[in-house]
Amino acid sequence: MNNQLERAASTAVTAAAKPMPGLWSATAARSKVELLSFFRNRQSLVFTLLFPVLLLVVFGSIFTGKIEHTDVDFKQVFMAGIIAAGIMSVSFQGLAINIAIERDNGLLRRLASTPMPKAAYFAGKVIRVGVTALLEVAVLLAIAVLAFGLPLPSTPGRWLTLLWVGLLGATSCSLLAVAYSWAIPNSASAPAIVTPPFMLLQFISGVFFPFNQLPAWMQSLAGFFPLKWMAQGLRSVFLPDSFTVVEPAGSWEHGRTALVLIVWCLAGALLSAYSFRWRGAKVK
Amino acid sequence: MTPVPDTESPIVVRGLKKSYGPAEVLRGIDLEVFPGEVFALLGPNGAGKTTTVEICEGIRRRTGGEVRVLGRDPAEEARDWRCRIGVVPQSTGAFTDLTVREVVDHFAAFYPAPLRTAEVLDMVGLGGQSTKQTTALSGGQQRRLDVAVGVVGDPDLIFLDEPTTGLDPVARREAWELVRHFAARGTTTVLTTHYLDEAEALAGRAGVIAGGELIEVGPVAELGGRAHTPASVSFALSEPLRRLPLPELPAGARYGEADVDRLLVHTAAPTEMVGLLARWAEAAGVSELPELRVYRPTLEEIYLEMLAQHQARTAVAA
Repeated sequence: MNNQLERAASTAVTAAAKPMPGLWSATAARSKVELLSFFRNRQSLVFTLLFPVLLLVVFGSIFTGKIEHTDVDFKQVFMAGIIAAGIMSVSFQGLAINIAIERDNGLLRRLASTPMPKAAYFAGKVIRVGVTALLEVAVLLAIAVLAFGLPLPSTPGRWLTLLWVGLLGATSCSLLAVAYSWAIPNSASAPAIVTPPFMLLQFISGVFFPFNQLPAWMQSLAGFFPLKWMAQGLRSVFLPDSFTVVEPAGSWEHGRTALVLIVWCLAGALLSAYSFRWRGAKVK
Repeated sequence: MTPVPDTESPIVVRGLKKSYGPAEVLRGIDLEVFPGEVFALLGPNGAGKTTTVEICEGIRRRTGGEVRVLGRDPAEEARDWRCRIGVVPQSTGAFTDLTVREVVDHFAAFYPAPLRTAEVLDMVGLGGQSTKQTTALSGGQQRRLDVAVGVVGDPDLIFLDEPTTGLDPVARREAWELVRHFAARGTTTVLTTHYLDEAEALAGRAGVIAGGELIEVGPVAELGGRAHTPASVSFALSEPLRRLPLPELPAGARYGEADVDRLLVHTAAPTEMVGLLARWAEAAGVSELPELRVYRPTLEEIYLEMLAQHQARTAVAA
């Protein structure tokens, strides 16, 4: 009994003396673990980070010729598209699979029963996606510029476009991933549920084929999703303005690109807030 | 944060109900866990043990009733409240691509006054494994890492959901040592299990849940009226004894039905009975009662009997 009293007293003292770790230190702890696991995991490195690089090298070596009515190499159009796809790979595909696994193996359930501020989990994901997206873009850009002669953005304005398109694209795709993870029942089925829609979007959004050559209905369908706008935004970063003659709208449509991506960010945030679960159906 | 006065029980549950649509999983559980005790929740799979514990952990919502854990409603999910609770869930966690030390450091970062990682790892017997990848640990070691993660915040109350299911006998014994270790520090512990030897070895009191109801609660040694259950004394009726008139029994003892060649006596005082029978046999020149057995029902038999009775009652009610 005495022991009990002493313990209660000492708990009260330490609780008063030491405040609870806040969002900042919890986020730091989460981020460290996020990055360690990403870079130690062969599957996420190969599947998420290296796959777009392989596609860049393979298709960059296959595609030849110029886009009709322009003086632009198809290769360069593809490079802009694959950088957009690379951003979506780390943000949407990588993150959706990662969250599904963490929910299925009970990590989320364990985190939820600690005093960790819930926001720290998502802040850690922001760091994970931010760092890996930055790395992905840097690697793709380096290979595209050095091996395939893609010109670097020619003006500060174009660098700025790269920044905001990348930022909005990664944010909207990440939030979409958080929401989409709701549809993944277990870690084993995660790649099978995440990869097909992502592949499909790459085909209809003008990554592997010039967007202007796609059927009109496919162009309209792609217009509902972020990747089409990310690819178009990046074309405006790397290709000459004269290329807009073959863009369906006849311009880069920066305003509409920003609008669609922001709407996806908001929709993704709402869907995530509504559907996010800290435990899988079978997690005990 | 106000510390709970030690007069208040860490867990008080009144009329706890939980249903999923029309399915009633918990039908009004009343439960109290006292400060510093190890309390076991027993029951068959699907009886509602884990649901009860998860509602107390604030990880599942109740449909009805009152729950106070460390003086708070778990549904508030208050962060300062979570600091004082340690949870070891039923399924073993997977912490892929991290070392043992990294995992414990990571969870320690969420608590205001965590135990030192090295100290926790020594406590759970993973001191030598701290730089190992978690995937390289054995099943028993992974379970110990689960415990390390659950207790690193130095909780006042620990929930252990089936801590030894799937462990080999040696690892089970080690897990028991851990529970005793924390109990000795004065930490209140709630343990669910379907191993009765586990409840008997670790817990002071236990509750039995069946069909979403708490059908029995009390000190493990008295569960199901065990303290008052008569023992039985029996031995083989060999040749000279068979022809003797049977001794007169003291009040409270009675002859039971046994095999043809055995004598069976139910008694609350088995030691006295053995003495009486020995003197009776001695008189016939038999100094050793053949195949003598003194028998008390095990917790397992009482438990199975309790469940059978509960099932019979609910069948009648339906």
